[in-house]
Amino acid sequence: MELNILTLCYIIASVTFIIGLKMLSNPAKARTGNLVAAAGMTIAIIGTIFLYEEEGQKLGNYGWIFGGIAIGAIVGTLAAKKVKMTAMPEMVSMFNGMGGACAALISIVEFNHLAFPVVPGWDQVVYPAAAVGHVLIIVLGLIIGSVSFAGSMIAWGKLNGKVKDFSFKGQHLFNIVLLLIILALSVYLVGWMPPQAKLIFYIILALALLYGVFFVMPIGGADMPVVISLLNSFTGVAAACGGFLYDNKVMLTGGILVGAAGTLLTILMCKAMNRSLTNVLIGSFGGGGATAAAAGKKEQGNFKEISVSDSAVLLSYANRVYIVPGYGLAVAQAQHVCHDLEKMLESKGVEVKYAIHPVAGRMPGHMNVLLAEADVPYEKLLEMEQANEEFPSTDVVLVLGANDVVNPAAKTDPASPIYGMPILDVELAKHVIVNKRSMKPGYAGIENELFFQKKTSMLFGDAKKVLQDLVGEIKNL
Amino acid sequence: MQTFLDWITQHQQIIYIVILMIFVGIEVIGHVPSVLHTPLMSGANAIHGVVIIGAIIVMGKAEQDNYLALILGFLAVVLGTINVVGGFVVTDRMLEMFKKKKER
Repeated sequence: MELNILTLCYIIASVTFIIGLKMLSNPAKARTGNLVAAAGMTIAIIGTIFLYEEEGQKLGNYGWIFGGIAIGAIVGTLAAKKVKMTAMPEMVSMFNGMGGACAALISIVEFNHLAFPVVPGWDQVVYPAAAVGHVLIIVLGLIIGSVSFAGSMIAWGKLNGKVKDFSFKGQHLFNIVLLLIILALSVYLVGWMPPQAKLIFYIILALALLYGVFFVMPIGGADMPVVISLLNSFTGVAAACGGFLYDNKVMLTGGILVGAAGTLLTILMCKAMNRSLTNVLIGSFGGGGATAAAAGKKEQGNFKEISVSDSAVLLSYANRVYIVPGYGLAVAQAQHVCHDLEKMLESKGVEVKYAIHPVAGRMPGHMNVLLAEADVPYEKLLEMEQANEEFPSTDVVLVLGANDVVNPAAKTDPASPIYGMPILDVELAKHVIVNKRSMKPGYAGIENELFFQKKTSMLFGDAKKVLQDLVGEIKNL
Repeated sequence: MQTFLDWITQHQQIIYIVILMIFVGIEVIGHVPSVLHTPLMSGANAIHGVVIIGAIIVMGKAEQDNYLALILGFLAVVLGTINVVGGFVVTDRMLEMFKKKKER
C-alpha cells in the first residue's frame, strides 16, 4: 500500500515538474509555475523519507536525514535571500554545483557498496557481467556530477570576479585529451573489471573535477550565463543517472527534463547573442592576443566630450530620447536616479523610452530586472528590433554604461570578437551621448568605434552622480 | 550484443521515459522570451535538485558502521537540499521583480 502511495507521489511530482517548467516560460504564469514545481518536489521528498522501501526495509537514519535537510534548507534560503539582484547568476551556478556534487557523492557511495575485501586492507570491487550497466551508470553519474560541480564553482568564481580568465596555448587540445583519458579509464573500469577498480574510480573522479575546471576556465565572464545553463543540463543528466540507479522515476523525469530543457535553453541563449555554442565554449575571446593587437592598431581618433549642462540642454529640448542601459548602470546602482531623469524629462514634454539589448548587463533580463526595481513602467522598455526601427527618428540616445551592445564593429569588422552579434544601432539617431567613467574598454575588451563618431559625445563620470547632476540642471531649465 | 539487447528489453520502461522526457523538455521550452531565460534556468536548476531523493535513499540505507556512507550521504543530503531550496527561493526572487509588470 505504502509503495503505491509513493508511486503516486512520484507521478504527481513528475507532472508538477513538467507543468512548472512550462509555466516558467510564460511571464504571467512564471511565479506560479515555480511554486507548483516546488510543491511537487516537497511531496516527492516527504514521500521518499516515509514511504520508501527496499526489500521490505524502510529507510532509517531519520535523524541524519532531517538534520541534513534542515541545514541545507537554512543555508539555501539564507544564501538565496541575501544575494544581490545582480549576483543571481552566480548563486544559480553555486546551487547547480551543489546538485552536481550531490550526484557525484551518490555515485561514490554506491560504488563502494560493490566492494568487498579480498586482500586484507585492499578492497576489490567485483561485479557480475549483468551488472555492467549498473556500474556504467554509477561512473557516468560520477563524471557528469563532478564536471558539473567543478565547472559551476569556477563559473561562480568568474562571475564573482575572484577567478580570472586563464588559458594556455593548446588548452583545447589538452581538454580533449583529458576527456579521452577519462572515457578510456571508464571503459576499462566498466568493461574489464580490473582488480585496481577502486583506484581507477578515484582517479576518474579527480580527472573529472580537473576537466570541469579546465572546461570553464578559458571562457569569458560575459559568456558565463550560457556556460551555467549548459552545466545546469549536465546536472540534470547526472540526476537522471541516479534515477536509473535506483529505478526512481521521479529522479529520471526531473533529471532528463532539465537535461533536455537546459540544453535547448543554452542554444536559445547563444542564438540571442548570435554566436554558436562551439564559438562560446571554444572560441571564447581566444584570439585574444591577435584581436587586441588589431584593435590597438586602429586609429584611436578623437572623441568629443560634453558637459552635464550641455547634455541637460540637449536632452530637455529633444522630442524623443531613448536610454540604453548597460552594466555600468547596474554597477553604479543608478537605476532609481535614471527613473528620476526619465520622469523629469517627460514633465518637460520629452518622450522617453528604454532600448534593451538582450545581453546588456551580465545576464539576459538583467536590465529589465534593474529597471523594474526602479519602478520603470514595462511599456517603456523596447526590445532591440523595435528600438532599431525608431532610432533614426530619435533626437538623443543616452547610453548609460553600455558598451559592446552599441559597438558598430559588430557589423563592420569581421576581425572583431563581437562580429555578428546584433547590436542597438544608436548611431542612426541624431545625437548620441555616452556616459562612462573613462575610456576603458568594456567586457569584450575592445575599442568602441561609436565613441569616435561625429554624432557622439562622451559624458564622463559615475552614472549615479552624472544622472543626479543632470536631473538638477534640467529642473532649472 | 545479446547482453546489450537484453539490457534494453529489461529497462525498456526507463528508456521510454527518457526518450519521452527529452521531447517534453524541448517542447516545454518552446518559445521563451529572452527576459525569462535566467529565471527559467534558475527554475530548472531547482528541479534537478530532485537528485536529493537519491541522497535520501543513500542516507536512509546506510548501516550504522558504514561511516563512508553515513558521512558522504549526509553531505549529499545537505548539498542536495541547498540546491532545491536555494534554487526555488532564488527563482521566486527573480520572478518577484517581474510581478508588477506582468499583472496588468
